[in-house]
Amino acid sequence: MTQQARNWLLLAPAGTLFLVMLIIPLTVVLIFSFGERAPSGGVVPAFTFEQYANLPARWTAFKNTMTLAPVGTLSALIIAYPLAYFLAVKVDSKWKTILLVMVIVPFWTSILIRSYAWIFLLGGRGIPMVLDWIGIEGVRLINTPFAVLMGIIYGYLPLMVFPIFVSLDRLDKQLLEASSDLGAKPWRTFLQVTLPLSIPGIATGCMLVFILLMGEYLIPALLGGGKVFFVGNALVDLFLQSRNWAYGSAVAVALIVVMLITITFYMRLIGRLGTSRDDVSIM
Amino acid sequence: MTKQIDHISKKKFIEELERYRKGSITRRHFMNITGLGAATAVLGATMSGPQAFAAGDIGDRVVLATWPNYHDESNFEAFTEATGAHVQVNVFGSNEEMLAKLQAGGSGWDVYVPTNYTITTYVDEGLIEPLDTAKLPNYDASAFDARYAEAGSVGGKLYAVPKNWGSTGMAINTAHNGGKAISSWKEFFDISRDSFSGRSMVHDYQLTTIGSALNYYGYSFNSVDESELADAEKLLIDVKPHLFAITSDYQPSMRNGDAWLTICWSGDGKQLNTDIPEIHYVLGSEGGEIWSDYYAIPKSAPHKEAAYALINFLLDPNVNAKEVLAHGYPTADSNTYKLLPDSIKNDPILFPAKELLSPLEFGAAVTMTDPNRAELMARFKSA
Repeated sequence: MTQQARNWLLLAPAGTLFLVMLIIPLTVVLIFSFGERAPSGGVVPAFTFEQYANLPARWTAFKNTMTLAPVGTLSALIIAYPLAYFLAVKVDSKWKTILLVMVIVPFWTSILIRSYAWIFLLGGRGIPMVLDWIGIEGVRLINTPFAVLMGIIYGYLPLMVFPIFVSLDRLDKQLLEASSDLGAKPWRTFLQVTLPLSIPGIATGCMLVFILLMGEYLIPALLGGGKVFFVGNALVDLFLQSRNWAYGSAVAVALIVVMLITITFYMRLIGRLGTSRDDVSIM
Repeated sequence: MTKQIDHISKKKFIEELERYRKGSITRRHFMNITGLGAATAVLGATMSGPQAFAAGDIGDRVVLATWPNYHDESNFEAFTEATGAHVQVNVFGSNEEMLAKLQAGGSGWDVYVPTNYTITTYVDEGLIEPLDTAKLPNYDASAFDARYAEAGSVGGKLYAVPKNWGSTGMAINTAHNGGKAISSWKEFFDISRDSFSGRSMVHDYQLTTIGSALNYYGYSFNSVDESELADAEKLLIDVKPHLFAITSDYQPSMRNGDAWLTICWSGDGKQLNTDIPEIHYVLGSEGGEIWSDYYAIPKSAPHKEAAYALINFLLDPNVNAKEVLAHGYPTADSNTYKLLPDSIKNDPILFPAKELLSPLEFGAAVTMTDPNRAELMARFKSA
């Protein structure tokens, strides 16, 4: 077997998977998006831009997604960074493994079940009742955008913690000593040494969370009471309720395009940070 | 589970059933005290005759697609005990969702529960299996009130057998309305924007949500007239910021007090009223929906023999009577009706007075496929 044949053979499983699970379905979606809705649902082949022309009808869904996805990503980052820093730098090594496992533990249960738990916590008999008890009355949490944001931060936090933890854990602690020896105050060391060196972790974490959030539909459906509507929810509805596959496909294509554009800009930004500091690269 | 048979009175049985449903006694206690544990064993023994269940041949599983809060779990357990086939239940929120799953293919369902007005669409799409009554010995067509059974036949062929019927009205927690109920869709949508703001719910289901909004203006529940639909949309979008949720699984939030008012199916209304008497079920004076649900078998069903066995089992009047006690919907089967206690036969939620039922309409097939209604619902949800 030649070297080349062996390379192809090794690539075959992943290649086949990509072809069957990604390329073919995406092509189908693209073809459907130029079709028309069949009378009782589904799609009839056609070549029309009608579906794309109708995209503004889902403007609110896109707006909600493009607001809550970045806000959710940023909030997760703000909460995850100190936690990752604590785990990587401050914690005694004998506790580290246990604490890391505790970050993963929630993943042992399905997000569906955990979101149901949040329905209870945010519902009238949960946190609002406790608040009521201490004198803060009339607080409503469940089925609001805030509830959705809470669910998002909770669900995606571990995905943000781990990449940042890894980049901080690998950080050469001698650099911190050097910085301090050269007279830098702790804050200055953090801003000029630790933070820049953890940018790869931040970039990876943000990208993971952001991409997954753009397609999220479960958390808004459960914690938003069907009133907080993401593009993901619009897609579920178009395929599973109104059975308008053609329009659904056009919305899906639009989501992919929006995502590609956002991520291209994001990579550029990270790339620019990388050229100004050659020790930083994404992933 | 004891094997000893204790005969208890019908009244005692119902009392125990209510205690069990409220969770004040355990299932084990309930089975023991009522003798149901033994009864199901006897039932299994008497019913697993060769024509009822091709014993052992139906496989180990049957998949049922149905609606929330719609069955008596102990009936499924009895079925498993009698046949060896485990009942796997999938719950849905709208007929549209069921149709979409069947259209997409690979649903894996053996039995599903379509509503009257959807059956012609399933027949047109070739998604539903004509039923072989020879495999349903418990189906006694003459026992059913034709009004709630006729939609099961299309073009002279039987495709679906009646499960139960019901109405679509509203449930209101009167404790928040000075102890008073309401009686119209006008009031429903008006108080939702006023004293009940943030406390009311509509279904995640185009037929009933758009239908109720149409009723508000006095239009037909089934309208597909564009200007009437435009009015309904205006109302719904105006109400949306005041809604607690858009969901077809509204019992949990009505029970825990987060929500006070909801569009409601009569059986859910009965269940809520039984446990929380302040929650009243009422019909809209302008109209609303009267409907009948059916058991049917998809063409694609992987376990057809098991499907027939399950439908036949659930049609047995003794089993069906237990279903009615659990879900609180009226039956159209006179054999089952006979077995019900008087309290159920005279219940105003299950069997409302004629004049209250008369403004109600059966859903129309066109609402299911009308693209304007589908898109209106989607716009309302994404607004």
